[in-house]
Amino acid sequence: MSDEDDFDLNDLDDKELVEQIQDDLYDGLDAEVTEGTEILLARGWDANDVLGEALVGGMKIVGIDFRDGILFVPEVLKCAGAMKGGMKILRPILAESAEDTSLGKFVIGTVKGDIHDIGKNLVGMMCEGAGFEVIDLGINNPVENYLEAVDTHEPVILGMSALLTTTMPYMGVVVEEMEKRGMRKDVHIMCGGAPLNQEFADSIGVPAYGRDAARSAEMAEEHVRGLGKKRAHR
Amino acid sequence: MFVALVKSVLTDKAAVDENKKRLVLGCGALVYDLLRLVKQNPSISDKVNIQCLPASWHNSPQLIAPGVEDYLSKNAHLYKEVYIAYADCGTGGALDKVLKKYEAKRIDGAHCYEFFAGTETFEKLSEEEIGTFYLTDYLVKNFNRIMIKGLGLDKHPELFDVYFEHYKKLVYLAQTENEEWKRDAEKYAKDFGFDYEYRLVGTGSLDSIFEEIDIEPLS
Repeated sequence: MSDEDDFDLNDLDDKELVEQIQDDLYDGLDAEVTEGTEILLARGWDANDVLGEALVGGMKIVGIDFRDGILFVPEVLKCAGAMKGGMKILRPILAESAEDTSLGKFVIGTVKGDIHDIGKNLVGMMCEGAGFEVIDLGINNPVENYLEAVDTHEPVILGMSALLTTTMPYMGVVVEEMEKRGMRKDVHIMCGGAPLNQEFADSIGVPAYGRDAARSAEMAEEHVRGLGKKRAHR
Repeated sequence: MFVALVKSVLTDKAAVDENKKRLVLGCGALVYDLLRLVKQNPSISDKVNIQCLPASWHNSPQLIAPGVEDYLSKNAHLYKEVYIAYADCGTGGALDKVLKKYEAKRIDGAHCYEFFAGTETFEKLSEEEIGTFYLTDYLVKNFNRIMIKGLGLDKHPELFDVYFEHYKKLVYLAQTENEEWKRDAEKYAKDFGFDYEYRLVGTGSLDSIFEEIDIEPLS
């Protein structure tokens, strides 16, 4: 997607620069994404807008092309690396921002018996980009870790990830335990991972199945926006 | 016979011997094992066509169920029985749904590592070290193509940690004794900074497909 010839990002107007950042992100060019992010901030852009329009906007395109088989895991990981470059600059600015634009806390972790975290990390990054405060429990999490995290952090969403057919049923164990303890009403549960599908998600009582990182972040955002509407109508 | 069967790994109709009414459709990563098992038992070779789908789907399991369905939709009618040389292979039950439609049988287990090593041994290995990375004969022989290029590490070696951060050990589950592959696997473990273990496990329950074919006459 990127042009072959070198040019100065400063020469681009805002719209062109946002598109160029998205292109550079697609090509996994972290230095260019970082530079573009800095230029937009220097032009007075709000950090939330840079994040949403340039970085998350770019990753959404990546997500679509991954879903459609145009991009594969290695390319997506390069894109994610480039997004991280931009996030590194934006994160401290967003943290210091007087305006609380956070959508709430999103606890995420890979289930017990599973050490795979590429998908989980992508979801975490996309959710952070969407405006969530992401608490990452890492890999190989027994049910106790999820319960403790929900107690401690009071997240709006709990996300579980698995890559193995043998480990994905453990999500059902976590759900069951949360139900037993009456914790489900307090937190929305989402699940995802390569071997999962909607049917499996429904079978463990977690209809919120994110088929990929971009869609997971969208669903999380939709859930929170939906909560806002419900509250407004009360 | 061996050469003809090697040709048949290409999934084209020209390679189908219409006198053989049993199909074994398998993962390309099992091709050497399937061919060897047939070669070892001449009574089977007259009964079965072996066709294989791309081994590269090992890295993209979401392609397996649609790929198997596509193949079977075009070819299953040519056979009286269809055997599938796949485990679940990360399809999360999607492969089983396809197989139900075609009344086809697959090998029990989550993946080839499990059916090669046996469930008990595989579970023990996983319990001993959850961060274990497994290789088979095929994956050792094609390590650069499937693992290095397949994961994009040839172009982006900086992704190594993203993929392998949590792995600590490499276990080579060997199907055959091959000193060269043994040395290669040990070298890969060393290159990756993993502990190494070699286990000669053979083909495990992959053989069950042929046992069934050998025993059961076609009505």
